[in-house]
Amino acid sequence: MSGYAGTLGAHLRRAPRPSLRFIPVWRRNFLVWRKLIVPSLLGNFADPLLYLLVLGYGLGRLVGEVEGLGYMAFLATGIVCSSAMMGATFEALYSAYTRLTMQQTWAAMLNAPLSVDDVVIGEIAWAATKALINAAAILVVTLILGLAGGWGAVLVLPVVLLAGLCFAGLAMIVTTVSRSYDFFLYYFTLVITPMMLVSGVFFPLSELPDAVARGAMALPLAHVVALVRPLMTGAWPSLIPLHLGVIAAYAAAAIWLACALARRRLQT
Amino acid sequence: MARTAALPRSDTPAAGSGVAAGAPAALAQGLVKRYDGVTVVDGVDLTVERGECLALLGPNGAGKTTTLRMLLGLTPPSAGEIRVLGHRVPEDARAMRADTGIVPQFDSLDPDFTVRENLLTYGSYFGLSRRQVAARIDDLLAFAELRERADAPINALSGGMKRRLTLARALVNDPALLVLDEPTTGLDPQARQHIWERLQRLRHDGRTLLLTTHYMEEAERLADRAAVIDGGRLIACDRPRALIAAHIEPHVVELRGDAAAGWRDTDAITTERVGATVLLYSGERDGLLAAVERHCGNDYLYRPANLEDVFLRLTGRQVRE
Repeated sequence: MSGYAGTLGAHLRRAPRPSLRFIPVWRRNFLVWRKLIVPSLLGNFADPLLYLLVLGYGLGRLVGEVEGLGYMAFLATGIVCSSAMMGATFEALYSAYTRLTMQQTWAAMLNAPLSVDDVVIGEIAWAATKALINAAAILVVTLILGLAGGWGAVLVLPVVLLAGLCFAGLAMIVTTVSRSYDFFLYYFTLVITPMMLVSGVFFPLSELPDAVARGAMALPLAHVVALVRPLMTGAWPSLIPLHLGVIAAYAAAAIWLACALARRRLQT
Repeated sequence: MARTAALPRSDTPAAGSGVAAGAPAALAQGLVKRYDGVTVVDGVDLTVERGECLALLGPNGAGKTTTLRMLLGLTPPSAGEIRVLGHRVPEDARAMRADTGIVPQFDSLDPDFTVRENLLTYGSYFGLSRRQVAARIDDLLAFAELRERADAPINALSGGMKRRLTLARALVNDPALLVLDEPTTGLDPQARQHIWERLQRLRHDGRTLLLTTHYMEEAERLADRAAVIDGGRLIACDRPRALIAAHIEPHVVELRGDAAAGWRDTDAITTERVGATVLLYSGERDGLLAAVERHCGNDYLYRPANLEDVFLRLTGRQVRE
């Protein structure tokens, strides 16, 4: 029975085994979302839109242009990224945790021919879809308001989906070790909020002290912004392989770790 | 009680599972489970024959649920060999679970869906298309007597209805083996009878049933064989009647209240005390009843020995946490 030791090390040495069985997990969440489409869209959509319009209008009059963009456009391109992060994070934390604990949805799935990896990957894929939905909604508004345009804007969607996998994976790590909802506050306070503030969503990285800016480039959100902002405003991003590589590396490592942690938690 | 729809097992010849006809449905040998050095299952050998109903009995913490979880590939054993429906477990647990139905101890119905949607969604986890499940859904709803509730949300169902739906859900893949962890715990007597009737029907349809229970009456009614587990070990496994004959004198008297308090033990009669109740066991009826009537007149209950007596004798009387 070696290889079935319950330690985290043993689980980490075993790669996740993805299979198409993750699709029914994704589909289950999609069907529930579709039932509640109006409140869920409104909730995910109204908040970032409010930030965009109020901050963009108020600060925009003070700031004028940033990096050759009107502040409203600068902010809109950043908020597409942060709303993707928030969408994936909330789904993979609170909603997934509810299905793991209160609702026992995961337990029901594991009683069917689904593995822990299938469930975790299905949840992450769904949370990434939520990131895509959120970002796409803001993207459409910015296009309508004329703040962004060009064919490059379409390429924002695959970037945001990859970012969604990354942030969902990171949040799923927290979910699989959490023993209560209260634990998620640490993740927001220590990781998500600081990352959002220093990653170039609200102002350019160049305004930060060098060390902080370099630190921000070690985190995934700054790389998402570095890709999405030019794509939305008719420019072509530089260093594309680097940015995609960092996001993809975070996504792969996070999914690997989340699967291992989930197996350790559930296969006992 | 209205006769409900039967749910015969479709006679696909052991679809692809390659199981020999005589092979047992489940076989565990030398099963051990340790958590942080604590042994909760300690060398269990268990065989579930095809088409039988086997009940796992044991006090809380005896290792029943852990044994089930190992058989289902939900947790790996620390040692031992498991084969279920011809599949090695946990290695081939996915293939095994495709042909197994599971009724878990705790409610895991999906509160975001209606009754019908629960069945459709659960079917999708088995790779069944909407159409495949739809073809069975009327039979499943009839079986659970939930046809009128097909479009009701889960939180509108009573505890008994939820259990019936959970049972119907476990049948969505037409399983050869049904595993039930305390299927009637927390149900009222009517709801329990309801579940029993359905389980009996499923056994008559040729499915194999493996269940855990705290209710000896449940085991006596449903099970072809009962396996008693205590302290992680299998301490007895046989037909309920045979267990009773092997471990307990056939005639039992229960004394309560003053009659119990005043009873003085004698050599001729085996005496057990459970809480405030005194249980008297004897191989011979007339002598037992005469002794009891001399002591307390008619203030006693006479009954034949049952599985509960066996259970108490084998697992002791102290309360388990």
